[in-house]
Amino acid sequence: MEHTVKAFDSDIGRLRGLISQMGGLAESAIGQAMQALQRSDPALAAQVRAADKSIDAIEAEVERLAVQIIALRAPMANDLREVVAALKIAAVVERIGDYAKNIAKRVPLIESKQRIEPVSILPAMARMAGEMVRNALDAFAARDAEAALRVVESDAALDDFYDSIFRTLVTHMVENPKTIGQVAHLLFVAKNLERIGDHATNVAEMVYFAATGTQMADRDRGGQATQQEPR
Amino acid sequence: MTTPKITARNVSVYYGATRAIDDVSIDVTQDEVVAFIGPSGCGKSTFLRTLNRMNDTVPSARVEGEIYLDGEDIYAPSMDVVQLRARVGMVFQKPNPFPKSIYENVAYGPRIHGLTHAKGELDDIVEGSLRRAGLWDEVKDRLTDSGTALSGGQQQRLCIARAIAVDPEVILMDEPCSALDPIATAKIEELIHELKGRYAIVIVTHNMQQAARVSQRTAFFHLGHLVEFGATSDIFTNPRAERTKDYITGRYG
Repeated sequence: MEHTVKAFDSDIGRLRGLISQMGGLAESAIGQAMQALQRSDPALAAQVRAADKSIDAIEAEVERLAVQIIALRAPMANDLREVVAALKIAAVVERIGDYAKNIAKRVPLIESKQRIEPVSILPAMARMAGEMVRNALDAFAARDAEAALRVVESDAALDDFYDSIFRTLVTHMVENPKTIGQVAHLLFVAKNLERIGDHATNVAEMVYFAATGTQMADRDRGGQATQQEPR
Repeated sequence: MTTPKITARNVSVYYGATRAIDDVSIDVTQDEVVAFIGPSGCGKSTFLRTLNRMNDTVPSARVEGEIYLDGEDIYAPSMDVVQLRARVGMVFQKPNPFPKSIYENVAYGPRIHGLTHAKGELDDIVEGSLRRAGLWDEVKDRLTDSGTALSGGQQQRLCIARAIAVDPEVILMDEPCSALDPIATAKIEELIHELKGRYAIVIVTHNMQQAARVSQRTAFFHLGHLVEFGATSDIFTNPRAERTKDYITGRYG
């Protein structure tokens, strides 16, 4: 149902639009950073680092608009929860952007004539992390608590992926000591992707609260345990 | 939970053939402020007025169900309505001081209820009531001035002083701030905070922020029904009923 004061709806609509836009930028930053890594493309990596500034700018805009809505519209109940969630989600998405930027920063450092084999398994993990980000933000746009729950549950798979990549990379370092410097960077890349998944999980938890008014941890679980962050 | 001060059970109110309140049950405890909210015509003021039988003065009004004050049926034939209204005081939307001196406005109730006849005691009651209403310092040097010469906010606090002068147990407030500016409103809200605990307070307000600020529990009325009654912090952050949510977020009403 619409608000009696129509301008309120357009404010909230704009806030949602900014969050989607930010999420889209963060998601593509992850993809592009990984592409730059794959192709050893420092120019593309530089582009990712530059694009991070627009994510930061949108975060500032979300903050401004959210404060304005709280001051001028005094939102209540689900409206209030949504504005607060938007404010918090913007900060988290900004962090996700920073992780993508950090991956891009490592591209010039990993550059080498010979390709390090384990690089080929990272894009699949990156796709999974990017998908979690997109799904969490889609859940926000649709105010869909069930979809948010699925994002949280999918984090376990990403964590497993990280564990297996970690083992692969360590094995690679043991067998090819000359590549330790470069592979260490790949370890950080994998860790960054794992952290992106954690942040997407946080976004999903905020979406769940905004949509239902209850914390995900307090929900009635039909015998199913919550995913515990293993690290 | 402490024993309720007011217990309303299955209360319905009719104006002629129109049902203004439909089967409302509610408890108010001694130590709380309860807010009634809802769109115009939802019955919140009508219901408030049943709590000290103000509807008796409306010829077409008929009340069904039971309302107890400390377990005593206030609609029982044996109930002295004048005494009831001393126990359950009321403050109205528009400040309505008597066209008498400030002193007389406050002294009138205790005098007619025979609470005291000694001048000194009456002076004490007047001063105490004006102090509790947060008005003493502003009027102590002009107690003989007319009550109607005060500002709107002061007049409203005078009406509150008048209500508490007869030492009531419950104070009903029907939109007490709707005619006041923000500063006068803040003073009344501060006063409500100070009076809380000493009197059970029920306040009807159209200002939801006010309901959120002053009350511990909030009741939402719509079309004569009590839709939701719960902790104020829950009602305004996570209401259970869709209708409550739509109302408090400004989607209708």
